[in-house]
Amino acid sequence: MKRFFRLIVTITGLISIWWLVVWATSLPKFILPNPLQVFEKFILRYDTIFENAATTATEILLGLAFGISLGILSAISISLHRGVKQWVMPVLIASQAVPVFAIAPLLVLWFDYGITSKVVMATMIIYFPVTVSFLDGLNRTSRDWRDMAMVMQAGSSSHSIFRIFRLYRYIKIPFALPALASGIRVAAAVAPIGAVVGEWVGSSSGLGYLMLHANGRMQTDLVFASLLTLTVMAITLFYLIDYTLKVALKWQPDQETLA
Amino acid sequence: MVVDDTSSVATAAMKDEAASAIGGKLNVAHTTIGLSISLSDISYAGTSVLKNFNIDLEPGSISCLLGPSGVGKTSILKSVAGIIPLAEQSFLRASDGKNIADRVSYMDQKDLLLPWASVLDNLLIAARLRGNKPDPDRAMALLADVGLNGKENDLPNTLSGGMRQRVALARTLMDDMQFLLVDEPFSALDAITRYRLQGLLSKLCDGRTTLMITHDPMEALRLGHQVYVLAGSPVRLTPIDHIGGSIPRDPTDILLKEKYNQILSLLGMEKDLKE
Repeated sequence: MKRFFRLIVTITGLISIWWLVVWATSLPKFILPNPLQVFEKFILRYDTIFENAATTATEILLGLAFGISLGILSAISISLHRGVKQWVMPVLIASQAVPVFAIAPLLVLWFDYGITSKVVMATMIIYFPVTVSFLDGLNRTSRDWRDMAMVMQAGSSSHSIFRIFRLYRYIKIPFALPALASGIRVAAAVAPIGAVVGEWVGSSSGLGYLMLHANGRMQTDLVFASLLTLTVMAITLFYLIDYTLKVALKWQPDQETLA
Repeated sequence: MVVDDTSSVATAAMKDEAASAIGGKLNVAHTTIGLSISLSDISYAGTSVLKNFNIDLEPGSISCLLGPSGVGKTSILKSVAGIIPLAEQSFLRASDGKNIADRVSYMDQKDLLLPWASVLDNLLIAARLRGNKPDPDRAMALLADVGLNGKENDLPNTLSGGMRQRVALARTLMDDMQFLLVDEPFSALDAITRYRLQGLLSKLCDGRTTLMITHDPMEALRLGHQVYVLAGSPVRLTPIDHIGGSIPRDPTDILLKEKYNQILSLLGMEKDLKE
């Protein structure tokens, strides 16, 4: 209840400041529309906005699915084998040094104007935080628990591959889940960036496309309406994921949601 | 703090007897296999702390090893458990001549319960790690033995320190191993809880060849069929002779008082002489 109250106060405050700036500067509508004009535009064009929002949402969710899966697989393979780490980590870091904005045109060229290039872009920026945080978690299994598992497995006659698999399944991965959750939280926050940047560079639908298009025609109120829709989408996504992770990891003694 | 952990020592002793009555369900065959431990060099954090440590564990009995901290007690246990590789010329020899690696359970000073797993899943972890079929019936019987009926679905962080250590004790016994290595299991508990759990441990571990480490002389005298002191400069192992009686011993026994003083002098006198 308190949180809801805070949310209302924050939103009202931000809208008031916005209105105050419009009033004080008396900028024309095509440079800075007031909140009411944006709201009217939203009501007028909601079908267009929702249609494009659906495209962007699809790109974000697919990007998250691929990025998180790839990140989990990479982190496990890297932690399993030191050699893999030495080969893969430099490539990983280099992939992050190249700004995704810089290669966006190439991705559009290779993967077409459709949603594939945007999903690839979102995947690329999600992959890194997930891999790094999960890997960190896997490498930090406490010595005590590893020793315990070692004594328990000493009696096992099965092949060492199965022993390692079970060590991951029952000890290492569960211990690393809170770290993976942090990575997924970061991923949820940056995923919309990948999708929208991709749409700016070249696309035929999506909120980024709609904003670019409206901007070119001086429909600043539509730009704002799209932007606010994107913001609400991103915040909803983040809190949904944050809440799900909190419930899933409720065994953690001192965790707190970011909200 | 949970109510049952704060009851008086007198009721605790009575409950110990009650626990032994339920404990009958899981009869442990008295093992006849002893263990000779010979460690040529024990290092702690890179420096050698102890040379030529030799001890023979009597079959089916609890041997308590006392000593000040830093003397290498935990390293001895970890060497026997296979966590620390054996130095050259060191050996572990079971009296039946077979390998001991698959017959050892280890209980750490920390409870090491998996925080995400229920009490029951914590007891089944060893079987799962080995790829064996878990035995929930045995787990439930052991939980009853340690007085935790009805707690099988609880998460470890909802339990008191004494309860957690009981779960750890039950987990150690899940595998029904012939050799037990126990490292100061109750050092983090309050005196009364510790007293009760000592009674429980002596009942449940009886019949297995056990090496237990402690720095509490009274704990060693209560629980050890044999008691050894590892102290001095240079460090040497001294057995405490002729304690007698069955465990858990009565701590008010006048004979224990005598042995207690003997241990204190072994642990403390040398230090005093040096100073």
